[in-house]
Amino acid sequence: MKLVVCINHVPDTETKVKIGPDGKSIDRTGVNFILNPYDEFAIEECLRLREKNGGEVVAVSLGGDSHKETLRKALAMGVDKAVLLKDEAPRDSFSVAQALADFIRGVSPDLIFLGKQSVDSDDAAVGMMVAEMLGLPSVSVAVKMEVDGKTITAEREIEGGHEKVECSIPAVITAQKGLNEPRYPSLKGIMAAKSKPIEEVQPTPAQPKVDVVAMKKPPAKSAGKIVGADVSAVPELVRLLREEAKVI
Amino acid sequence: MEQKSTHVKGGEFLLRTFTTDEIFIPEDFSEQQIMIAQTTEEFIAKEVLPRIHDIEEMKEGVAVELLRKAGELGLLSIDIPEAYGGLGLDKTSTMLASEKIGPSGSWAVSHGAHTGIGTLPIVYFGTEEQKKKYLPKFAAGEWISSYSLSEAGSGSDALSARTTAVLSKDRTKYILNGTKMWLSNAGFADVYITFAKIDGEKFTAFIIEKDFPGVSTGAEEKKLGIKGSSTRTLILENAEVPVENVLGEIGRGHIVAFNILNIGRFKLAASVIGAAKTVIGEAVKYAKTREQFNSPIANFGLIKHKLAEMVIRTYAGESMVYRTAGAIDAILKDIDSANPEASKQILKGIEEYAVECAMLKVYCSEILDYVVDEAVQIFGGYGYSEEYPVARAYRDSRINRIFEGTNEINRLLTSGMLLKRSVKGEIPLLPHAKKLFDDILGGSRPMTDQPSGELLAAEQQLIGNAKNTVVLLLGAAGQKYLDKIADEQEVLGAISDMMMETYAMESALARGLKTVQMHGAEKSAGVVSAIQVLVDDGMSRIDTSARLVLARIAEGDMLRTYMTVLKRMTRRMPVNSVAMRREIADRLAEAERYTV
Ligand SMILES: Cc1cc2nc3c(=O)[nH]c(=O)nc-3n(C[C@H](O)[C@H](O)[C@H](O)COP(=O)(O)OP(=O)(O)OC[C@H]3O[C@@H](n4cnc5c(N)ncnc54)[C@H](O)[C@@H]3O)c2cc1C
Ligand SMILES: Cc1cc2nc3c(=O)[nH]c(=O)nc-3n(C[C@H](O)[C@H](O)[C@H](O)COP(=O)(O)OP(=O)(O)OC[C@H]3O[C@@H](n4cnc5c(N)ncnc54)[C@H](O)[C@@H]3O)c2cc1C
Repeated sequence: MKLVVCINHVPDTETKVKIGPDGKSIDRTGVNFILNPYDEFAIEECLRLREKNGGEVVAVSLGGDSHKETLRKALAMGVDKAVLLKDEAPRDSFSVAQALADFIRGVSPDLIFLGKQSVDSDDAAVGMMVAEMLGLPSVSVAVKMEVDGKTITAEREIEGGHEKVECSIPAVITAQKGLNEPRYPSLKGIMAAKSKPIEEVQPTPAQPKVDVVAMKKPPAKSAGKIVGADVSAVPELVRLLREEAKVI
Repeated sequence: MEQKSTHVKGGEFLLRTFTTDEIFIPEDFSEQQIMIAQTTEEFIAKEVLPRIHDIEEMKEGVAVELLRKAGELGLLSIDIPEAYGGLGLDKTSTMLASEKIGPSGSWAVSHGAHTGIGTLPIVYFGTEEQKKKYLPKFAAGEWISSYSLSEAGSGSDALSARTTAVLSKDRTKYILNGTKMWLSNAGFADVYITFAKIDGEKFTAFIIEKDFPGVSTGAEEKKLGIKGSSTRTLILENAEVPVENVLGEIGRGHIVAFNILNIGRFKLAASVIGAAKTVIGEAVKYAKTREQFNSPIANFGLIKHKLAEMVIRTYAGESMVYRTAGAIDAILKDIDSANPEASKQILKGIEEYAVECAMLKVYCSEILDYVVDEAVQIFGGYGYSEEYPVARAYRDSRINRIFEGTNEINRLLTSGMLLKRSVKGEIPLLPHAKKLFDDILGGSRPMTDQPSGELLAAEQQLIGNAKNTVVLLLGAAGQKYLDKIADEQEVLGAISDMMMETYAMESALARGLKTVQMHGAEKSAGVVSAIQVLVDDGMSRIDTSARLVLARIAEGDMLRTYMTVLKRMTRRMPVNSVAMRREIADRLAEAERYTV
């Protein structure tokens, strides 16, 4: 079974992000970058499928040299091959998907995995776009999946419940938390990763359809107000909610 | 960055100036070392810390289950050679793993006792058969080990142990009798590395298995801290230990004991630095959210002072730990692990830095004590409540000044071992001291190397002065007391304090200068401030210790002459430490985790 997993290198969710001097990108100094958390579920699912069915897992990431760190982590977790689509140009989801789809076409895998979204720009679009560009069926936000011959049965998360779906291979899956419990890179894996090469490939040049023009932090929360401590405060509270906050 | 292949000698830091490329710093970690640190950190955060309550309550099986999981990840095999199921990694990786495991308190002690004092005696002193039999099981966590040196009547004075061993008539086994005390991991260990005296004389190490006849453990000790680590006595009543389970040479148990302690001290230092970093993160987060007088307490100067001081000391400790790790790795790198003499060479390499290992143990355990104490203070009444994590950190910290050689014993060793090395001519400290002394009597100013660059030039000069002061005092004390120096514990202790302070200042300075070279002065502003405050305060502490020593070893005109020199050596303008600490605290508050 040939598996491709697309992974991203994103700011650690714990770091305090600052907007850079250009006003439309983040200031990268002092920001810790990590493997996108949802991609960990995608990698884990690939590794499990390979352990069960044999085959090969290729991890691919689009970005600058810093993405090698994340590819190295995927290698340490156990993927067989790592490919960097080396390009630093700013991209929207469409042009990311285009580069990934063009690469994947050349590999013709049985299954393609991505995280359901990157925690940087949170578009949650790349996976579906890749499927569309490749003309493949897709299952997004998957929390459970099984492969039986040429058929996939999967469960996706929907508002308030799960939906069970079926489709044929090849297909694109985007992973949601809960799909599995990702492994830690073992120390042996880390040592082995050192000797595995990271292949560099020139991706399709960026042709973004959407440009970021500005980036803003949400407005700071204003201080709370205590109207009173017992029932006598209710009329005033209702008035404020209606007239000032305009929520009722 | 590659290290120079000419090795720095243990204690040599006092004798010359170092270029920054001679000193390994955390910013030099390889990608692989960083990944090992990350995987360990993740394991602790996701597997161990969520179960800390179960661990603290010693819920049956939890500690062992987590040790096995750690084994699957490779966290029990870093120091075990590949030939015996281990990974045979460098010491920097060992230290990084210890650092990341440190915040787990009790569990860190269980892990450390198993992988350090429990495993390493066999790694370094075991026969081929012993290594084959035990190490793969230790690496996987299938068997848990422990170390049993102390007894009720012999703690610091470990060699006065009373447990005896007698060869059986058929010469196939030793019969051991006695009670060992304070075994970490005893409650679930399968193996106890135990010391006893053959025929009441020859101090010898043995590998004892749980199921050998006559072996049992006592009740759990009720402890002040690390409550989740098992600590029991080991009771040997005509215990039968096969002769092939003698570890190392008969009558040479002290060699096993002392060498293993060197590594234990070094690992302990890394572990407490990890704990300190975590506590700093908790303290600053709390200080930002806790409001009193209509302001987060993080805005108050006295709280900033505490937070900044925690950071400064931890930065110094961290710099010392990895400088030493780098120095040891530089020696070990040249050893061929296939060589049958490899174990001996490795031990010799580590022993070279026995002085540094003792310094690290004392200095870093006292950093953590400072950090947890002030963290409780920042939490106010809530720091005193078990609802918050700092109470546990406070209790867990205290043991580090007691085990792996008490801090008193390690203070005696620090300057004591250095003097011994000097007398043996292993490092040219005494000629250096004599030259300084002659210079003083000749009325000339003792030379220190001129600072090389602009940045932190005054600090470099002061550290050079600190080195000369230590060397001068060590030489003078050695000459005055000769072989009676052991009776002058206060003098030895004060000189050790000066040595540590000097090593800390220089390690931090070298790291600071190197990071400035790497990232530019602008991005390293906090580092530069931290070093300036550390050196200013450090020189005051050195001055206090030096006065104690000088007033003990000299009087009259001689004392006056020495004091003139000391004054010159420590003369400096104070730095604006208030402004610098505020700046460090503000940066910390922004990051909400340990950062300089
Ligand atoms: C929780 C815990 C876990 C432990 N785990 C282990 C373990 O796994 N294996 C093991 O073998 N041991 C273990 N120990 C024992 C530990 O190593 C000893 O407690 C330690 O070595 C000190 O010995 P002691 O308690 O007998 O104190 P003592 O030696 O009686 O010391 C009491 C005080 O006197 C001071 N002192 C002693 N001698 C001198 C001197 N010559 N000059 C100046 N001051 C001196 C000491 O510094 C100390 O302040 C553990 C202890 C504890 C509390
Ligand atoms: C065991 C125990 C028993 C107690 N018993 C009683 C009792 O019987 N009755 C009772 O009324 N209370 C009692 N207390 C409460 C105790 O008096 C408070 O905990 C104490 O006053 C500190 O207040 P706090 O805990 O809210 O800390 P905080 O006031 O939040 O202080 C947190 C930290 O901020 C510092 N800080 C606060 N303000 C400033 C400032 N302006 N400038 C600089 N630093 C500042 C503090 O010094 C401290 O280091 C008890 C507490 C404990 C733990």
